[in-house]
Amino acid sequence: MQASTEQTMETMTEVPTLKEKLCSVYEQNRSLISAGDLPFITELREKAFTHFKKLGFPHQGLEAWKGTSLDKVLSHNFGLSLTPLAEEVDAEEIFKCEIPNFETLLVTQLNGWFVHNGQPIRQFPNGMIIGSLANAMKKFPEIFEAHYGKYAKTENNGLNALNTAFAIDGFFIYVPDNVHVEDVVQMVNVVSIPQDILIQTRNLVVLGKNSSLKLVQCDDTIDHMHSFINTVSEVVIGENSSLDHYKLQNKDDKSTLINNISFHLTDNSNLTTSAITLNGGLVRNNINVLIDGEYCTANVNGLYLMDKNQHIDNHVFVDHIKPNSTSNELFKGILDDSSTGVFNGHVMVRKDSQHTLAYQKNRNVLLTDKAAMDSRPFLEIYADDVKCSHGATIGQLDESAIFYMRQRGIPADEARALLLYAFAGEVINQIRIPVLAERINEMVRKRLRGELSTCDDCALHCKYQNNAPCVIDLSNIQLT
Amino acid sequence: MTRSDKMLSIKNLKVSINNKEILKGINLEVGAGEVHAIMGPNGNGKSTLANVIAGSSAYEVTEGEITFKGKNLFDLSVEERAGEGIFLSFQYPVEIPGVSMTNFMKSAVNAQRKYHGLDPMPAQELLHKIEAKRKLVEITDKMSGRSVNEGYSGGEKKKNEIFQMALLEPSLAILDETDSGLDIDALRVVANGVNKLRTKDNAFVVITHYQRLLDYIVPDFVHVLYEGQIVKSGGRELALELEEKGYEWIKNELAQ
Repeated sequence: MQASTEQTMETMTEVPTLKEKLCSVYEQNRSLISAGDLPFITELREKAFTHFKKLGFPHQGLEAWKGTSLDKVLSHNFGLSLTPLAEEVDAEEIFKCEIPNFETLLVTQLNGWFVHNGQPIRQFPNGMIIGSLANAMKKFPEIFEAHYGKYAKTENNGLNALNTAFAIDGFFIYVPDNVHVEDVVQMVNVVSIPQDILIQTRNLVVLGKNSSLKLVQCDDTIDHMHSFINTVSEVVIGENSSLDHYKLQNKDDKSTLINNISFHLTDNSNLTTSAITLNGGLVRNNINVLIDGEYCTANVNGLYLMDKNQHIDNHVFVDHIKPNSTSNELFKGILDDSSTGVFNGHVMVRKDSQHTLAYQKNRNVLLTDKAAMDSRPFLEIYADDVKCSHGATIGQLDESAIFYMRQRGIPADEARALLLYAFAGEVINQIRIPVLAERINEMVRKRLRGELSTCDDCALHCKYQNNAPCVIDLSNIQLT
Repeated sequence: MTRSDKMLSIKNLKVSINNKEILKGINLEVGAGEVHAIMGPNGNGKSTLANVIAGSSAYEVTEGEITFKGKNLFDLSVEERAGEGIFLSFQYPVEIPGVSMTNFMKSAVNAQRKYHGLDPMPAQELLHKIEAKRKLVEITDKMSGRSVNEGYSGGEKKKNEIFQMALLEPSLAILDETDSGLDIDALRVVANGVNKLRTKDNAFVVITHYQRLLDYIVPDFVHVLYEGQIVKSGGRELALELEEKGYEWIKNELAQ
């Protein structure tokens, strides 16, 4: 991106790039951006800003970004806001989850800002804390000092750097030691604004020792404007603790979603995470799992159903730095029309990580000649007493199975849908919240029948319309 | 019986695969209530005939016609043929991971009902029916929760074909080498299942290499398919003669 602009004199002198505009905005609004910071966070911002200035946005020349191009999205003029857009809105009005019998503790972000309802931080009787990141950092500085910015690195990741420099708000969840949270916590990011928008949100989830949490993260877009969301989440799982994490991505075709999530596992901890991508113009999941403990289990799953010109990129890095832990990766995808996908699965087993079990599987079904998938499994093993395996397949539906089903009277379309549904089922079956699994089942079924090609009920039930435009319109930024 | 009374009528059927002619002019008539056995050495077109009747697109029909209950089969899709009552017990039943047997049969039963303009079968009724038919072929209820044919033994797969046939109640069932890979107990179970399903209204075409199965499923007619043609037809005694004299006998007879 930058290389090409630098080559063109005209572009360089007259139209600044998004990177240049963002750098200029940062430099002119330093004090506004860091107004609510703890001092160490301001320091992190400055460092991250230097990194972003150096790295810029990722481009296809980078090994980690082969096959995924941000060029198109970077050419848009986005709006950006450095202060909350709407403080007093009713969360119920923005988002009503349509999963029947799904009682959750719901927290909402609207256009990247935590929806307060006059309660920026809620403390529950069991000790759990849920709230706005911006508010929480002042109230719980010791938690932030211990974890914020520790897992999402900025030195060699331009998008992490950009987020760390700019992010002000997001979700904060803290589960103290010895607390098993019964309710499912649902974090919802809604984008609804009559303008193309760039959003940087930041989440921090910390589980203490001997605790457990079930977390569902939903991304929805309502308006059909271009959005570019660059999220960074850091998740810490304490000793003997367990996290079930489900991420549902159901965005419209004009959205670009960068989901950078870093899990940090300590001794005897347990993680199950599933990234379910049902729609999205361009979705990039950077899933980093650092197994920094013994006797841990990490189940890292993904399911993606893409069509039209959608693009999915799952970039998974599982890093075994301690012995005796297990990781299972299962990513499955169905690509229709001219959709494209990348799976980049890197498993690292370091020298001292003896008795590691690491399994990785990526299976893909291409429904047309135009759909394309690039699967790149990569095991890097430095310990000798380990069991590791990986397998990647890209194929079509089994025609003999379709003939078999048709011979029993099942119409060809239905036979195909049944096969696809069964294919996806392997991932859905690992969802350990029954009502959610049922609902996702239904969404996948509908999606495969072609009954629903954009947003599901979730988005349809978002009634809220925000008419306040962004504070900063990046199209008006002139470089000085 | 006039020709129009026949359920299945095949006239001068010629079929090729990759420009190689496999069937070279087959003529066959099957009436309601009849059991026909088609015998012959391997690689002479028995399975091709079964698959072409079912509607497999792997073959090219170059000449001839097939009518079923007066309808031109070539105008019907695979699933429409099934809806009309044609059932193929596969020589190699396909494994379908992730699709449970119950879900598969529910889809099949209701798809065929829909073809006939009927509402889906109530779940309770379907379950009762599945239960009854399962007993017929002595398969355990453990199989219904498993994926279609996945991890089944050879015998289980063949029993499962007969179970599906029992549930779908076709008017014409083609059993393609249903006896291959079966031990004597499984063979008896499969044959008993078939015999219990025989009525004056339905018909069976039993494709087999050996006479063994025909000890249990007694055919009305026996045909020998050799090099793409039916070279000899007769009654049950033809099968016994074949067993005794071997296929060499046919070859020699044709050579003369």
